[in-house]
Amino acid sequence: MKVSMQINGQKMQVQAKPDSRLLDVLRDELGLKGTKEGCGEGECGACAVLVNGQVLNSCLLPLGQMDNADIVTIEGLPSDSPLVASFHACFAAQCGICTPGMMMAATALLSEYPQPTLEEIREGLSGNLCRCTGYGRIYEAVLQAATGVTHG
Amino acid sequence: MCEYFVSGFDVFKVRFIMEIYKRDVGAVVDKAQPKRVDGLSKILGTAVYVDDIELNDVIYATTLRTASAGGVVEEIFFDPALDWSEFIIVTAKDIPGLNAVKLLENDQPVLVDRVFRHAGEALVLLGHSEPDMLKKALSHIRVHEVPLAHPVFDIDEALSAENKIIPGNVYSDYLLEKGDVDKSFDEIECFIDARFITPSQEQLYIEPQGMIAILQNDGVLRIDGSMQCPYYVLDALEQCTGLSKDLLRVVQTTTGGAFGGKEDYPSVIACHAALLAIKAGGKPVKLVYERGEDMRVTPKRHPSRTMLRLGANRAGELQFIDMDFAIDGGAYRTLSPVVLSRGVIHAPGPYFCKNIRVRGRAIATNHPPFGAFRGFGAPQSIFALEVAMDQLAAKLAMDPAEFRRKNLLRSGDVSPTGDILQNDCFAQDALEEALRVSQYYERQAEFKHWNKQNNGTVRGIGLATFAHGAGFTGNGELYLASRVLLQAHGNGQVEILCSNTEMGQGAATTLVQIAADALQLPMDKIHLAQTDTTRVPNSGPTVASRTCMVVGELVERAANLLLQKLMTEGGLSKLYSVDEFADACLRMQESKKDLLVSASYQPPAQMLWDENKFTGRAYSSFAWAAYIAEVEIDKLTYETRILNFTAVQEIGHAVHPQIVQGQIEGGVVQGIGYALYENVLWNDVGVMANDRLTNYIIPTTADIGPIQVVLMEKGLGAGPKGAKGVGELPMDGPAPAIVNAIQQALKMNIDQIPVMPELLMKLACSERVSQ
Amino acid sequence: MVEWVRPQRVGEAISLLSKMPLDHYQIISGGTDVMVTQRLSMHQKNRDWLDLSAIPDLKEIEVHDKGIRIGAGVTLSALRRHPQVQKFWPMLAASAAVTGAAPIQNRATLGGNLCNASPAADNAPVLLAYGASLEIAGQQGSRIMDYAAFHVAYRKTALAAAELLVAVHIPYPPDKSVSLYRKVGTRAAQAIAKVGVAACFQIDAAKTIVQARFGIASVAAIPCSLPTVSHYLQGKKIKQIDAAIVRKGITHDIAPVDDIRSSAEYRLETTSRLIWDAIQHVE
Repeated sequence: MKVSMQINGQKMQVQAKPDSRLLDVLRDELGLKGTKEGCGEGECGACAVLVNGQVLNSCLLPLGQMDNADIVTIEGLPSDSPLVASFHACFAAQCGICTPGMMMAATALLSEYPQPTLEEIREGLSGNLCRCTGYGRIYEAVLQAATGVTHG
Repeated sequence: MCEYFVSGFDVFKVRFIMEIYKRDVGAVVDKAQPKRVDGLSKILGTAVYVDDIELNDVIYATTLRTASAGGVVEEIFFDPALDWSEFIIVTAKDIPGLNAVKLLENDQPVLVDRVFRHAGEALVLLGHSEPDMLKKALSHIRVHEVPLAHPVFDIDEALSAENKIIPGNVYSDYLLEKGDVDKSFDEIECFIDARFITPSQEQLYIEPQGMIAILQNDGVLRIDGSMQCPYYVLDALEQCTGLSKDLLRVVQTTTGGAFGGKEDYPSVIACHAALLAIKAGGKPVKLVYERGEDMRVTPKRHPSRTMLRLGANRAGELQFIDMDFAIDGGAYRTLSPVVLSRGVIHAPGPYFCKNIRVRGRAIATNHPPFGAFRGFGAPQSIFALEVAMDQLAAKLAMDPAEFRRKNLLRSGDVSPTGDILQNDCFAQDALEEALRVSQYYERQAEFKHWNKQNNGTVRGIGLATFAHGAGFTGNGELYLASRVLLQAHGNGQVEILCSNTEMGQGAATTLVQIAADALQLPMDKIHLAQTDTTRVPNSGPTVASRTCMVVGELVERAANLLLQKLMTEGGLSKLYSVDEFADACLRMQESKKDLLVSASYQPPAQMLWDENKFTGRAYSSFAWAAYIAEVEIDKLTYETRILNFTAVQEIGHAVHPQIVQGQIEGGVVQGIGYALYENVLWNDVGVMANDRLTNYIIPTTADIGPIQVVLMEKGLGAGPKGAKGVGELPMDGPAPAIVNAIQQALKMNIDQIPVMPELLMKLACSERVSQ
Repeated sequence: MVEWVRPQRVGEAISLLSKMPLDHYQIISGGTDVMVTQRLSMHQKNRDWLDLSAIPDLKEIEVHDKGIRIGAGVTLSALRRHPQVQKFWPMLAASAAVTGAAPIQNRATLGGNLCNASPAADNAPVLLAYGASLEIAGQQGSRIMDYAAFHVAYRKTALAAAELLVAVHIPYPPDKSVSLYRKVGTRAAQAIAKVGVAACFQIDAAKTIVQARFGIASVAAIPCSLPTVSHYLQGKKIKQIDAAIVRKGITHDIAPVDDIRSSAEYRLETTSRLIWDAIQHVE
């Protein structure tokens, strides 16, 4: 099956089985290895990407539903964004395997709530498991990206 | 009118604080700390993990495993309907070296030959260029197994079983003894006698385990993968492949979390990948586990059961601690004796007590072997002791904080292992600080009031006081004989060469920072070399909270040696700029002088430890801690949630406070999971039944508010500027603190974790019946 | 090679289904369950796919004077954010908001949650308590059935061959009503429920219960209601309600199950407590 998508701003055509997972297409066909597989069942969020602006788990997306989709992966996020800077400044990444997915979820969260409360952050990121940080530095990073203020 | 209620969904506001106390001054440090050296590559998704490596002509691999909980493999039958010539097939007969995973003992086969001890043991390895073909092939192999008649999965059943896995079903039997427990029992005024259970716990690093092996044209077998201990992998490969070490190369890839889970098992996967690679004609072999397989077969935290008698006099002074501590080691010895040893040493807690007896045993069962997980035996025994402390305090009608205050160790006291504590003892300080910052007594009063009102919940506050020794136990560091190299280059760049791995904990940043501090250079002048066994010396495994403290100290010492060398041989003056440092390096290089220095481990003076009698100084330094949990329990459903959590620890020196904070927060949240949800369930052949992230439950952001972390710098640890190891410490305290809070809220004794609502409801109902 | 069929209209989908033998197509909408089960099954059949995600009709929410019609393909995130759903059917907004987490809610559909027929479906109790009905399309046109009759056995629905769930209809809750929803999961997000309870009481000016409707998920083999309890409560005032009779009714109406997530004991006890608690809110 031939599918046209916009990936990180670029029009692309992919030829693959229609029930291929977007995750595999991104990683194996397009070499976009920043999207990670943690569980393969939509539970951990390590494979999260933005599809038409919404955060979705790419391990649950069949290519057959992706025609004309606008997809943004971690590679498509600006490397000089406030979120990148605040994740770095707040030590929000430890082992880093959940981080790309967390960045995508945080991007979607901030586009819906530009000034999120802690509660909104906690609810908005609850589809992304992190085993290293205990989440504290991540809350801090998202708050800082939104407000530019360090909470200590 | 349309009234509407939803509960179980709202989140709680908690204070967002981190305070760092500088040596008694109490000032909050507000200095920008160096950023993580691996931060941006991880945030931008460019860091390369084992599954991300681009490979040409790759052979994918899979593992066929035993189905029964021990037994004998009579025959492996390959269905002739399938063309097996397309596959690379490896069985025990193909192992060129010794068919044993190199660890403490050679009891665990790399591949089952005939006899096996648990379900899920590797039997056949298959390689093929198409992953789908591997799936198909697995369904075309039939294995004739004669299962063991009576497998055992329970500690006490294993002890009394007729047919033993090993003699007595005991891998190790240790005794820590001080004073005379039996005699003191006769004089006791108040005591409790209880039995505690802790479950296994899955590390659940988000990156599953995996290795890539390739037999290169030059005859070198190269392994790349996710691991904590490259030299363990190297030793295992040498033994299993029979290749000499100069034909083996182990390279660590970016490691997506480990927590102990990638200490020993990477050796097994590496051997499997290597065996396939030897037959793969130079093609790379990729053996990366899917989540389910990773959860079913890799080692987890040892389950434990503890029989504990604790006695005190009416004044609340501990009179004896009598503990029978047993951990389930699973079907092979692996690391169990070492886990047990740490569990036994930490069992009596940070208390002064004249009469102590801790008997510890590691038991053989037909579970897959258990292994390392943050805390390494200590969380299990500390859980039992700390919960019992609260139960005894309740019996004495004494506040748990007051009871601890009376019994916590002070400088000059004799420790449970008979060591006289010098000035580095801050158990009391940590407790007082935790009580202060958590507003313990105010909260306690508020909760009492809350519980009297007709609310839908009851609340409780609980604490745990504990200490964690960092580094290998006793003479372990001496045997390790760790060595670190520092290589300066002509351009003024300095490389750290050591075998310790970055797995998320921040070692790369911390070690670079230690070197930069010692050399007085900016961090970007220092680089931690990739952990590649052909380049880096053996500085020991990345375990036991030892990297910053032990290896960091070596890095600091090597840095000072490098400076000395540059000063004596390269004309570097006592005060120098970055450029002058580079100039000196260049001069040395041009005059063909070598720019390599090395530092090796030297034990601290007074470090005497008797590993048979469990007496002396077990660890060069202990970090001291007091954790306080505030919980709320729903009266209808018995769901528990954490309202606030305070973690106070004395850690000597925080090399990088924010990295330490991240370690504490991460460990506390793993501890919260251990206390409340994480429960490895077993199927009827003793393999993890809840092998998916939908049914093995770890905390999400919705469950976890900010944690109040306080770092106290008062003591002098063995690390750089007095740093102590902190990696494992935060795992010890949360479970007992949370359980103590629940005990207080519900006024009932709890003797096991995880404290699921089902357990609380059962306890509440049985209490009601007995009343 | 598997085929991927993506009809634009319900009729087209029905005719595709009717032309092929049963189980020829794997139907997919949001895919949050199908993509997992498909992958986990060792011996996956290479079934063709019938993708309902391109049918605009299925994505519509229509609020009218009798209630609401929610297309089966409406996502849970659309539901939880819909102002009128929040206003008139708050339990549904709440149950959608506690199904999985954001990345799941953005994909998972209400129809999928029902047709997947998990006993733990988070939105099932609420629809039962609201007295929802289902609009089912087949070759002979569409039929309306009471949602309470939809789940016939463990993971089995009343859908016949070549039938599709197209919409969920929910009436407005009665003028004077009290409703409660509670999900008990092991953790606060991304949890499969171990008990899900919804209750909706219609009361009159004298605070007599005119009608009581319940929905229970995750406790028995299928999402179910509590007919005996509903019948008992009808026409009663709070003070006349006997806790023991309610409890007995619950025990009569549901057969709780043991599984990897919880015990039958806990499920029954918690359900009883939550139902009793719900009844207390009537006053």
